Amino acid sequence: MNLYHKRRFINGLNLTLSMVAMAFGLFWLGWILWTLVDRGLASVTLDVFTKMTPPPGSSGGLLNAMAGSIFMTLAGIVIGTPIGIFAGTYLAEYGQKGWLSPTTRFINDILLSAPSIVIGLFVYEVYVASTHHFSGWAGAFALALIVIPVVVRTTENMLKLVPNGLREAAFALGAPQWKVIMLVTLRASKAGIVTGILLALSRISGETAPLLFTALNNSFWSANMNAPMANLPVVIFQFAMSPYDDWHKLAWAGALLITFGVLGLNILTRFVFRSKTTLH
Amino acid sequence: MTNQITESKEKRQVFFDLAFKLTTRFFAFTVLALLAGIIVELFIGAMPAIHAFGWKFFTSTDWDPVNVKFGAVVQIYGTLVTSAIALAIGIPVSFGIALYLTELSPTWLKRPLGIAIELLAGIPSIIYGMWGLFVFAPHLADHFQPWLIDHLGNLPGIGMLFQGAPMGIGMLTAGIILGIMIIPFIASVMRDVFEIVPPTLKESAYAVGCTTWEVVWNVVLPYTKIGVVGGIMLGLGRALGETMAVTFVIGNAQNLSFSLLDPGSSIASTLANEFNEAFGKVYTASLIELGLIMFVITFFVLALSKLLLYELGKREGEKT
Repeated sequence: MNLYHKRRFINGLNLTLSMVAMAFGLFWLGWILWTLVDRGLASVTLDVFTKMTPPPGSSGGLLNAMAGSIFMTLAGIVIGTPIGIFAGTYLAEYGQKGWLSPTTRFINDILLSAPSIVIGLFVYEVYVASTHHFSGWAGAFALALIVIPVVVRTTENMLKLVPNGLREAAFALGAPQWKVIMLVTLRASKAGIVTGILLALSRISGETAPLLFTALNNSFWSANMNAPMANLPVVIFQFAMSPYDDWHKLAWAGALLITFGVLGLNILTRFVFRSKTTLH
Repeated sequence: MTNQITESKEKRQVFFDLAFKLTTRFFAFTVLALLAGIIVELFIGAMPAIHAFGWKFFTSTDWDPVNVKFGAVVQIYGTLVTSAIALAIGIPVSFGIALYLTELSPTWLKRPLGIAIELLAGIPSIIYGMWGLFVFAPHLADHFQPWLIDHLGNLPGIGMLFQGAPMGIGMLTAGIILGIMIIPFIASVMRDVFEIVPPTLKESAYAVGCTTWEVVWNVVLPYTKIGVVGGIMLGLGRALGETMAVTFVIGNAQNLSFSLLDPGSSIASTLANEFNEAFGKVYTASLIELGLIMFVITFFVLALSKLLLYELGKREGEKT
């Protein structure tokens, strides 16, 4: 084998391996999604949406868990979004000099990937330990802390995409800076910021670890945010780890709903807004 | 008269400007305070354990709630081993995927394939755990692990990594699942940094007769190596802190075992399993100290990752 053939062979081999790697990645995605459909679809009945979580051995649904998840997710978004948008605005609009914005940007990027279970521990220490009970609010706070870095990042990125000409035009008309930001730049990047919020929503919808020590769980219907609150991820965790067959079925049903909900939201955001925001 | 009105209007606007700036500044500061708050709060929470065990916490393999003796060696070992397996799987696969997406894929397939890989990151970690426990682990136990034990278990040296019963769950399974979970993170960083390589560099290499592989290995990779390492560090940071998937499949045994097939536990899985049932001050504090250790390690890994990626971005800025 001469050098030419050797080089061709190595090239062919490695490029084939790269295709194998691509197939390897897709294979797991396919396998996991197929498992969910295979095991979950039969269990998704009307009961799942209309009945409460059952004790082992009787039939029931996931209504209270879904409601709790929706309450806490919405509260988390409502608390986290304004903080994230303000902080992101500072980084993009006032952050040209000084130490605060580079440091904040750096720390924010780290918080974006920080282990979510630590957020749960933190909220437990700060809120649950001082109020002496698990609660829906504690869960919402933990989720809000995960929302903040996502929104900060997308808001900053989106504001930076606004051409400076727009700002200059507004200043030239005599507008004060806060009006320029509120009425021109933030408005121009509205779609991108909404994308960020939706990404944050899809991120926290499946989060389990931060809810374990904060919202805990609740077998009954409860709309009281000051009491332990049922939520889909923790119910799935508890039911999947249990030895009961009918609990397993409900867990698969919940898993199917949550995964396709999250992935659907993910794809929707990408196709509707087609933004170039990358989050890692 | 009109002058007075504009003057007072102007004053009001100056005030609004300042108020708005200070508000945004305050919230930017909140993000910083959040990180400091987490570290301080965990440190305070861990104080009873730090007092009770001191540095021995890092050298003891005890995890004994009854006699109130705790050490973090087993958990730290489990965390590091599973993350190492994850990297061993994640790095080559992610590199292959990034290579495929940037150099080989037809244009119309790039976007759908990229999204498909990124969807792997969208699947909630608890789903990986359930799938791992009920579907993947039994497969491993039936097909893959007996083969490992037969063929690698008797080799000198690495043999001790592959001994024991093929139970399905254990550190190897947790590591493989973590590997799958970090692929989208590493692959998307690698793809992004590969794409910043100036086309002229690649074209000149092709022009002197390089094969695609030689261009990637000798031009693209050296040009982007800081970013590639940054992406790997990002994946490592994710793997170290991943909780639910690991909790399902690692087996949650609090003893030290060198065989990858044996059950073990990671810091995150211990927290998820035991925190709500922990009794007594020292037990809870020991768990919080575990959380603090994990947070500090991931903090440094992620900080390194970000610094490397910024560095690459800066160089890119200088060149253009």
